[in-house]
Amino acid sequence: MEFSDVIDVLLLRNYNTRLVVICTMLLGCACGLMGGFLLLRKRSLMGDTLSHATLPGVCVAFFVGVLLGGQGKSLPLLLLGATVSGVLGCATVLFIRNNSRIKDDAAMGIVLSVYFGAGVALLTMVTKMPDGAAAGLESFIYGKTASMVLSDFWLLTVVTLCVLSLSAVLFKEFRLLCFDEVYASAQGWPVRLLDGLLLALVTAVTVAGLQAVGLILIIAFLITPAAAARFWTDRLDRMLLLSVVIGGASGWLGASVSALVPNLPAGALIVLVAASCFLLSMLCGTQRGVLVRLMRQLRLKRSIGRQHLLRALYEILEADGERGDGISIRPVAFRQVRGRRTWSDQQLRRCLRLAYNDGLIDAVSKEDGIILTEAGLEAAAQVTRNHRLWELYLIEYADVATSRVDRDADAVEHVLGEKLVALLEAKLVKLSSADALEVPASPHPITPGD
Amino acid sequence: MSAVPKVKIQALPSVADSKSLPLVIRDLTVAYHRKPVVWDIDLEIPEGKLVSIVGPNGAGKSTLIKACLDLIPRSSGEVSIYGETYRKERKRVGYVPQRESVDWDFPVSALDVVAMGTYGQLGWFRRVNKRSKALALQALDRVGLADYAHRQISQLSGGQQQRTFLARALVQDADIYFMDEPFAAVDAATERAIVELLKELQQRGKTCLVVHHDLATVPQYFDWTVLLNMRVVAAGPTKEIFTQENLRKTYGGKLSLLSEAAEELMRIQ
Repeated sequence: MEFSDVIDVLLLRNYNTRLVVICTMLLGCACGLMGGFLLLRKRSLMGDTLSHATLPGVCVAFFVGVLLGGQGKSLPLLLLGATVSGVLGCATVLFIRNNSRIKDDAAMGIVLSVYFGAGVALLTMVTKMPDGAAAGLESFIYGKTASMVLSDFWLLTVVTLCVLSLSAVLFKEFRLLCFDEVYASAQGWPVRLLDGLLLALVTAVTVAGLQAVGLILIIAFLITPAAAARFWTDRLDRMLLLSVVIGGASGWLGASVSALVPNLPAGALIVLVAASCFLLSMLCGTQRGVLVRLMRQLRLKRSIGRQHLLRALYEILEADGERGDGISIRPVAFRQVRGRRTWSDQQLRRCLRLAYNDGLIDAVSKEDGIILTEAGLEAAAQVTRNHRLWELYLIEYADVATSRVDRDADAVEHVLGEKLVALLEAKLVKLSSADALEVPASPHPITPGD
Repeated sequence: MSAVPKVKIQALPSVADSKSLPLVIRDLTVAYHRKPVVWDIDLEIPEGKLVSIVGPNGAGKSTLIKACLDLIPRSSGEVSIYGETYRKERKRVGYVPQRESVDWDFPVSALDVVAMGTYGQLGWFRRVNKRSKALALQALDRVGLADYAHRQISQLSGGQQQRTFLARALVQDADIYFMDEPFAAVDAATERAIVELLKELQQRGKTCLVVHHDLATVPQYFDWTVLLNMRVVAAGPTKEIFTQENLRKTYGGKLSLLSEAAEELMRIQ
């Protein structure tokens, strides 16, 4: 593989490559969009059933073509067969569901495998026919992008344009259908019609994509970009747009790599690229990605640790203050802080290190102990105050026993926003001492550290 | 289902009478998988009442509401809303489904959900416009959620989600509201907000039918009550019909003759 080859492929210089890459890109866009609706409508498996159920139709269409005197491999006829048997498969699922107690998933499992099995049996018969072996019907199973011709391009263009424009026009209707079908029906929308239309669009995309990625992998091309897009946004329009982009990009990249490296099938590569996008999104997605969630958890954990440390220090200073001269900064022994809570040496040291980095405490040393900074004392007073306000609220309004209020308060106080604190202050102004910045006394005895 | 003849009711009140009534149900029977869920319901709801529909689990409360709104096929019977079919009077009806009936992970904001209440008026193809959004925001404000308009709905608490659904019904400015368990698993603040809202709707002459579970609050919240256990045990002003005797009839013994008969019917068909 030369560098110039890469450039040739990327710039779509070769006619064949250009055709294949543009076709898979178009398919990717259409798949991404329909997959989004399919995913949100919780019909992912329906798409899988549909695609598997196309196989017997393809074979039967071939037979019919031969019977009519043609050579059998007429693409429109084959795709028509695929559509008919795909829709028949979905209808079978609905029939089983409506007329028995078998649930959707089981019905789809049955239909999917039975239709596919029938298709494989028919396919074996086809390959034994005189023209059969050359017909290459098995490309419908695994996909064979290299065999795409100009008519495929036109088919995909039409399908993609239809899917994009109808989704744009019916965006509001599809959103309602996917979110709350029952309410849509109560509002007078023809839910069955809309549902049928959505299914028809999915069918069109699936059938059009059979040759490119094959009927086994098309479901991945439908669902994966949409699932990936969901990690980045909480808005439907943006999610669908992103899904279209990811789908298109997967199609482009997969087909390009396949064109560069001999013997790597495009269908599989496209799906692998889409899967990589999914993996990346799952990890790094800005809305629901794993890393973002971990970061949020870590941040909360750190903030809780800091609040625990500050309150422990404050309460120790406060206990001293009660014996005489009010609260003033003085060194507190590590051992004393450690005794305030059930935390390990290691945990406490980590808290101390973070607090030091934040400028809340001065350097910790064995001899001197822990010393709060001015800012640290202020923060500690604030934290303790929030804790006590919340405790008072629980005792006063939620009937929590004084003996366990400390732990209950501890569970919530770390997430108190400014607004909630203001509300608490308003509610408890008569309970706490009038001064807005004063720390109220603890409603329960504080166990001293050892 | 065996052929239940659709008989026109002779005992219908005069047309003028039934026109003024927000909801009249005659002879309604609904069956799921051949098992009757509600039987022979006859009901007349007067205008401007807060009506609770009360009964044990599986009594057919949701089914009754859904049958009124043409959401499930009726085996027999008729429902008229302001003297007309639901299809004709749809715009005057607001519906609040059960909260669990949708996926709250769906990528929409509270405002998007409430704006769905305007879709019916918008009609085909027209996009959600500024007016719909303004109406939706107004409705959110009425249920105390104006600050949460742009939150994705999974970031709302259960009570806030319930209020979002209420707002979606309010945005329609209907005359009769059907609410399926709006008080289910909500916090105290939401419960108060919903009650206030119901009273406000009543003051404006609206009629509300509410599936309710908490017997203790029925007399306090609702001036009309329908006691339901597959059939109507009693219906009328709460003061009159909310009696020990009626409640015992409604809740006493799951194995009432009626449900046994229903089981039997299902077995032989």
